[in-house]
Amino acid sequence: MNRATSNGEVVIETRGLVKRFGEREALKGVSFEAHRGELLAVIGPNGAGKTTLLSILAGIRNPDGGAISRPPGEIGWVPQQAALYRRLTVAENLRLFARLERVADVDSAVEGMLTQTALGDRRDDAVGTLSGGNQQRVNIAIGLLSRPAVLLLDEPSAGLDPRQRERLWEFVLALAGAGTTVIFSTHNIAEAERYGQRLLVLADGERLFDGTPRDLHAAVSEAGARDFEEAFVAFLRDRGH
Amino acid sequence: MRRSPLVTALLVVYPVAIAVLIGFALSRGPEKPRVAFLNEVPSGQPFALGGKQLDITGARSTLCSQIDCIDVSSEQQARDMVQSGDALAALILPHDLIDKLESLGSLNPTQPVVRVLVNEEDPVKARLVDDRISALVTQANLRLSKKVTRISANYLTLLLRGGSFSLLGQTFNVLGLENTQHILEAVRRELPKSSPFASALDRVVSFAKLARQNLNLANPLLSSIAHPIAVRKDVVSGSPPSLDAFAIAVAATVTLMFVTVLLVAGSLALEREENAFSRLTRGLVSKSALLAEKVGLGIVVSIAVTLLMLAGLSLFVHIEWGRFGLILVAIVAGGAAFAAFGAAIGGAAREVRASSLLAFMISLPIAFVSLVESGTVSPGLFDVIKVIRAIFPFHPALDAMSGGLDASGPELGLPVLHLAILAAVYAVLARLALRRFA
Repeated sequence: MNRATSNGEVVIETRGLVKRFGEREALKGVSFEAHRGELLAVIGPNGAGKTTLLSILAGIRNPDGGAISRPPGEIGWVPQQAALYRRLTVAENLRLFARLERVADVDSAVEGMLTQTALGDRRDDAVGTLSGGNQQRVNIAIGLLSRPAVLLLDEPSAGLDPRQRERLWEFVLALAGAGTTVIFSTHNIAEAERYGQRLLVLADGERLFDGTPRDLHAAVSEAGARDFEEAFVAFLRDRGH
Repeated sequence: MRRSPLVTALLVVYPVAIAVLIGFALSRGPEKPRVAFLNEVPSGQPFALGGKQLDITGARSTLCSQIDCIDVSSEQQARDMVQSGDALAALILPHDLIDKLESLGSLNPTQPVVRVLVNEEDPVKARLVDDRISALVTQANLRLSKKVTRISANYLTLLLRGGSFSLLGQTFNVLGLENTQHILEAVRRELPKSSPFASALDRVVSFAKLARQNLNLANPLLSSIAHPIAVRKDVVSGSPPSLDAFAIAVAATVTLMFVTVLLVAGSLALEREENAFSRLTRGLVSKSALLAEKVGLGIVVSIAVTLLMLAGLSLFVHIEWGRFGLILVAIVAGGAAFAAFGAAIGGAAREVRASSLLAFMISLPIAFVSLVESGTVSPGLFDVIKVIRAIFPFHPALDAMSGGLDASGPELGLPVLHLAILAAVYAVLARLALRRFA
């Protein structure tokens, strides 16, 4: 497996992040850091606070407490559902967002993304006519237009078939290999184990774990877990979730 | 249903609200027009025509059974009621009305004049008021003309058959045409051709002179039969444009409203439905800038569509293109207010279908309600209509468009200011709605 490697330079860091929605506390003092070229998987049960954390990192929501250190203007955001204009073509979507991102050379950036996503032959197709996998590639390409240091992916493989997922991860791994820090949330535990160099486990807004998949496996008290998913469930059960 | 509670609520509430409104309207029947009634005739003054006493109180009751008479004590009060729209018009009976009515039965008639104060906000209301008032005056004139005709017939009988009548304290003896005929026939039979007939001829000459005078007196009397009472109309306020210009303004405003509101509401909701909103507002475009861009888009489209529509209409009716600048101001002001209104709807509904439905369901009744004329419904109901007119852009947009299209329409300044305020208020509401948009 082609695993990307990080070089140790911290590019994004949070300390004691708190987010409340009314009475409910969605994030309870979450702290972590991510390094250049690192693939960080954020996992946890439903309602753990994964999307809330990513949306705060992306700057869509403001935290109610804590601090974030991130490279200004160098964060690419790829929401779970494709945020695209379905009636515009692939190239038109890329060009529109490149202009909004104030990319210096719009045409060059668009051509670069079409090449990188292997969607050159679909450039003039309306996005609404593309498959879910190809829409997600355009979605990610838009997140990469400004060549961000950090790319945030919220459940990037949701709704994709195995072949589309494989192509997506090849693409993401290549990005990380080129030095982009990728932070992604997922429900697919096997995917987190396979592609995440580090795991951040959240449950009920709390950070339960920050380490490698191997560390998490080792942290499970229950012996004999058949696979990583079983180990993860046992880990959560051990901690009352 | 639970997936879209707003649509569900609309689908339930809307038909119920419409049913209640229609039921209310049907159960109440048509409203009698409210007319302020100022009677300056001294109380207790008798009214006699052709020697016969007439019941002036009964005449008032008959009048007030056809209109909703609101007694007022002064012309200023009447004027205020008309100006405010509390009354469709004011009817003023002058203090010399009875004297002039009685003169209709004399040989020196003076046409009585009643005054009508009207508020011609628009040509439809102007026509409505004219129709109502002329119907009332025609009825009164018909009653009077019957009596005046009877008096006229007496004078004509006098001229035909002879007799006596009094004028200014003197009694005159009228020979009459029949007697004249008899005398002339007798003279012709009895007198030889060469005989002097000076005496008889003197009588004939005298009669001829008097008959001519009597016939002269009958002329003004007869002329007063058709329209015994004249109406003097005073326009208290309002300078309505022509009916054509008003119809064009209504068509243009309705088009402007639907195109702009639906476009802006739908396009804003679409940003959320396509998930682009969160991506755009993550530092690429501020929420306020996005809102301004949508309102700007609405204004541009409203200008294009409305001008295209006016150009099409100008093939059939005359449009004063020399007033293009004012027309453009009206379209831009109306477009801005409708666009901001649409943005508020789109921000509140958050879904394209729900926002389109909501925009349509709100806009259509408001347009209809805004066309209700003052004085045609009860004051309480019209107060509600005035509030609706004030808080929604349709009525000021219609005023602005009327003023832009026709020099005799409303002044442009006030409706444009009104639209600017509404645009600002709805833009603030839309901005607040965007806080829960992502």
